[in-house]
Amino acid sequence: MNIIVCLKQVPDTETQIKVGSDGQSIVTDDIKWVMNPYDEYGVEEALRIKEKFGGEVTIVGLGPKRVTESIRTALAMGADKGMLISDEALEGSDSLAVAKALAAAIKELDYDLLFSGQRGVDDDMGVVGANIAELLDIPQLSVIDKVEVAEDGKSVKVNRPIEGSTLVIESPLPVLITTQKGLNEPRYASLPGIMKAKKKPFDEKTLSDLGLDAAEFGEGARKVKVLEIKPPPAREAGKIVEGETPQEKAAELAKLLHDEVKII
Amino acid sequence: MAQGVWTIAEQRDGDIRKITYEIISEGRRLADALGQDVTVLLLGSNIKEKAAELGNYGADKVLVADDPRLEAYTTDAYASVISELVKADDPAILLLGASAEGKDLSARVSGKLGVGMAQDCTAFAVEDGNLVATRPIYAGKAYARVTFENSWPQMATARPKVMDINEPDTSRSAEVLDAAFSLDDGALKTKVVDVLKDESGKVDLTEADKIVSGGRGMKGPENYKILEDLADLIGATVGASRSAVDAGWRPHSDQVGQTGKVVSPGLYIACGISGAIQHLAGMSTSKVIVAINKDADAPIFQKADYGVVGDLFDVVPALTEEVKKYL
Repeated sequence: MNIIVCLKQVPDTETQIKVGSDGQSIVTDDIKWVMNPYDEYGVEEALRIKEKFGGEVTIVGLGPKRVTESIRTALAMGADKGMLISDEALEGSDSLAVAKALAAAIKELDYDLLFSGQRGVDDDMGVVGANIAELLDIPQLSVIDKVEVAEDGKSVKVNRPIEGSTLVIESPLPVLITTQKGLNEPRYASLPGIMKAKKKPFDEKTLSDLGLDAAEFGEGARKVKVLEIKPPPAREAGKIVEGETPQEKAAELAKLLHDEVKII
Repeated sequence: MAQGVWTIAEQRDGDIRKITYEIISEGRRLADALGQDVTVLLLGSNIKEKAAELGNYGADKVLVADDPRLEAYTTDAYASVISELVKADDPAILLLGASAEGKDLSARVSGKLGVGMAQDCTAFAVEDGNLVATRPIYAGKAYARVTFENSWPQMATARPKVMDINEPDTSRSAEVLDAAFSLDDGALKTKVVDVLKDESGKVDLTEADKIVSGGRGMKGPENYKILEDLADLIGATVGASRSAVDAGWRPHSDQVGQTGKVVSPGLYIACGISGAIQHLAGMSTSKVIVAINKDADAPIFQKADYGVVGDLFDVVPALTEEVKKYL
């Protein structure tokens, strides 16, 4: 069973996001870059399936050179091969363009199963996985928190939580699965794992290596144009509910919720 | 030239979901700004009787795709039918809800159409005849205003509970039309084999009007009972911070925040939650925020409309008693 995990590098979720002086970007100077948390679930699940069925796990990332570090982390966790699609022309690409580049790279590989995070915790779009699946003409299973590969390795049964219930869905392979928290507890890279990762195959591809036209990528080719990035609307400083005792405070709060905002 | 606003209706077990009214209402506002019509696309099986009332919320036309294979949502079938109909009619705007279904569907349809998409938007406007969407990024730590370029239809999803629903006008009904589409059985690869209902019957956090959420200050899973008592009384759903979920006190589906659910209730009561940036990001679009925490310096108080400095184990049960006086 050959499995591909798509990887994105994102700012650590602790990051305070600051808007750049151009009003169209964020300040990246002090950002700690990490593997997208949802992608970690994909790496872990791929490794578990490989441990049962054999085969190879390949990590495919896209972005600047710094993404190499996150791919190495996945290799240190136990993935077999890494690939980074890196090209200056990719800078500023939107979701559809990113999916095109990833799909072009994946087409050249041998795969039965693909994972990607249900969304990047930066742009919060959640579109790239589905667009890759469309470009590869395979089904998608979105926001999945349980995966069972059939014994014969030909199909998969997954749990997809939605509002008020969980759908159990079956699909033949190959299929692309986007991962949700709860799927597993990702392992940490061990020290021997980190040492081994340094010797694992790692490929770097440009757009022309993939036979793609640079004009279809980057800022200029965006179909979704950013007009402005701004800080969130400021919330007015609220009031501290007064009272001598917890009971008095609770009584005052209940009164405010009833009289002032009329929500209770 | 692309013309008209299309919205996709969402039904489950034949019942129209609330998000449908939210996006028809928003679609109506956008269509009025453009001087165009609103067409709602309704997919299902024996669903036609639900179509006309969508006019009450602002639909001019309802296009019904009725087929046994469309009874329950599957990505394969819905994305295929919708893409085909959109290509045939060439609308200017295509709106969906950013529900579980809408997010999955919109992502696939945008791929099929090869268009850009703005996911989970909190505001829309028409500027110079084009759709401009505002959407939180970094889970709300920043907001982006985006528009579309050489990308038709202009496609976006709206965050649940953010768009105001129009007062239904029963004198207004929509023209109901049958959609002509083809659906190739060979394209239907995935199959829903079971639906596990959430027995608690509680409203999902993303759709809840009120949320009572507990963090590390709850000290253990057994103490959530006091939050549940308050929640039951006021019709709220109980949520949790990441630290409470990571400690195993609550299921991951209860997590509010950057790596959990992003919520927009009318009332959010944060109990024993200090207000880590990941958590604040996930709930800052709540209309009214209440924080109950014994640490007066907790960052959550910076975001709260009403702050109670005190021990939640005293304040929450007292609040439950006080609220009863108003019910």
